Amino acid sequence: MRRKTIIAAAAALALAPLAACGNGAEADTGGTVTVFAAASLTEAFTEIGAQFEAEHDGVKVEFNFAGSSDLAAQITEGAPADVFASADESNMDKVVEAGAAAEPETFALNQLVIAVPEGNPDGVTGLGDLAGLDFAACATEVPCGSAAQTALDGTGLTPVTYEADVKSTLQRLLLGEVDAALVYRTDAIAAGTDVDGIEFPESAAALNTYPIAALEDAPNPELAAAFAAHVLSDDAQSVLETAGFQRP
Amino acid sequence: MTASNTKPAKRKRQSRRVPAALLAPAVIGLAFLILPLAGLLARTPWAELPARLAEPEMLAALRLSLLTATAATALSLLFGVPIAWLLARGDFPGRSVLRALVTVPLVLPPVVGGVALLLVFGRNGIIGSWLYDRFDITIPFTTTAVILAMTFVSMPFLVVSVEGALRGADLRFEEAAATLGAGRWTVFTHVTLPMVAPGVLAGAVLCWARALGEFGATITFAGNFPGRTQTMPLAVYLALQTDLEAAIVLSLILLAVSVIVLASLRDRWTATP
Repeated sequence: MRRKTIIAAAAALALAPLAACGNGAEADTGGTVTVFAAASLTEAFTEIGAQFEAEHDGVKVEFNFAGSSDLAAQITEGAPADVFASADESNMDKVVEAGAAAEPETFALNQLVIAVPEGNPDGVTGLGDLAGLDFAACATEVPCGSAAQTALDGTGLTPVTYEADVKSTLQRLLLGEVDAALVYRTDAIAAGTDVDGIEFPESAAALNTYPIAALEDAPNPELAAAFAAHVLSDDAQSVLETAGFQRP
Repeated sequence: MTASNTKPAKRKRQSRRVPAALLAPAVIGLAFLILPLAGLLARTPWAELPARLAEPEMLAALRLSLLTATAATALSLLFGVPIAWLLARGDFPGRSVLRALVTVPLVLPPVVGGVALLLVFGRNGIIGSWLYDRFDITIPFTTTAVILAMTFVSMPFLVVSVEGALRGADLRFEEAAATLGAGRWTVFTHVTLPMVAPGVLAGAVLCWARALGEFGATITFAGNFPGRTQTMPLAVYLALQTDLEAAIVLSLILLAVSVIVLASLRDRWTATP
């Protein structure tokens, strides 16, 4: 029920700027801003993009959603992007090191939860309960996997499979092949009622940080800066919170 | 160098000359097949190669790949040759439908094939749930699952190849053997099989190569666990997430090993009459 109120609040917030439109938004000259964003941001950023378009007359936001490492590679190879929103710091660092971005800012945090089937049939309340269960986690090469590894370190627990991304990790659970899966809170929420997300204290040590930056070679530098700033605004932050992200 | 000497040689060469209409597309086609490999070689960090080769995880993945691909080929031979015989020699209604069904795994995206295998052999699958409830056996996430996934996608290559060979084989030899009193099984093992051996070998090679490169069905059905289900293509895919050059090195190792195995096999088979 809490989610519903948040959605309603977010919708109200999203509509508010519409009414206020016209009294002095600077970049109302139109144009397109191209945003490269991590796949886990798909739902939230689509909504934030609509907010931004509503606030800026004639401006169009175009998204390229993919894995952060793919996006970082595309940007360093010269893809024409204005903004990069990464699901982890290491991929943003790659882009910064290549001189394609400067001064990224953290706009969201994502925490791991133990996803279990609806109703929690195995009575999982924490990491310790995973002993004796088959569970899936992401491979350490991808952000959700390095977070999972940090959480699992020292517990002696091993997943039955290290999946290539968080969506396929969750898919294992939805197909009933595992009893539990270590996924992001946002993914557990997006999966709806089929999945319950159990929070566990060890995940606080393995928070995933999402940085955003306007790119140096942005075809549209003004809009790039405006979009990055918008993501940090309260309107956008409440959308992210509804999706299950935490404020930095 | 006498005139009488060069003339037939020249003649021979002329008759062997490839028509331009074939040569041009062949060259373009070859370039298309070989250039991507050249691209990989150009980006290879050769200095990193020895260090990569010594990594225990890499060796485990390579060992697992060779083992599972060979096991999948053995299974495909065991079941695929009889299927091919049935399709080529059998006389029953619905044969063409059956033939089309055998080639389904060729057309199906491997990832979908992996999901399909889960629906049968998974913990909630038709057969898998019975195995799990009755014997507490789970197939996904095991090496067995890797071999099953590989067999599913690669056996059709063997079946198609062997069936083609069987259809091309002269039936009169089999009939002659039967007339001389050989039983049906003896005819198959002593006449049919030796006749189609090149087709079986070609099919087995195709099947092995396809199994070695298998990715989609494996990662979907068997998951990814180092040493148990992480074959080379899975290791390459995960390396690609962090380090393009590491992924290239791993691919080249897989490529080199498969070329060496196939080349040495061929020498062996052509050496024996």
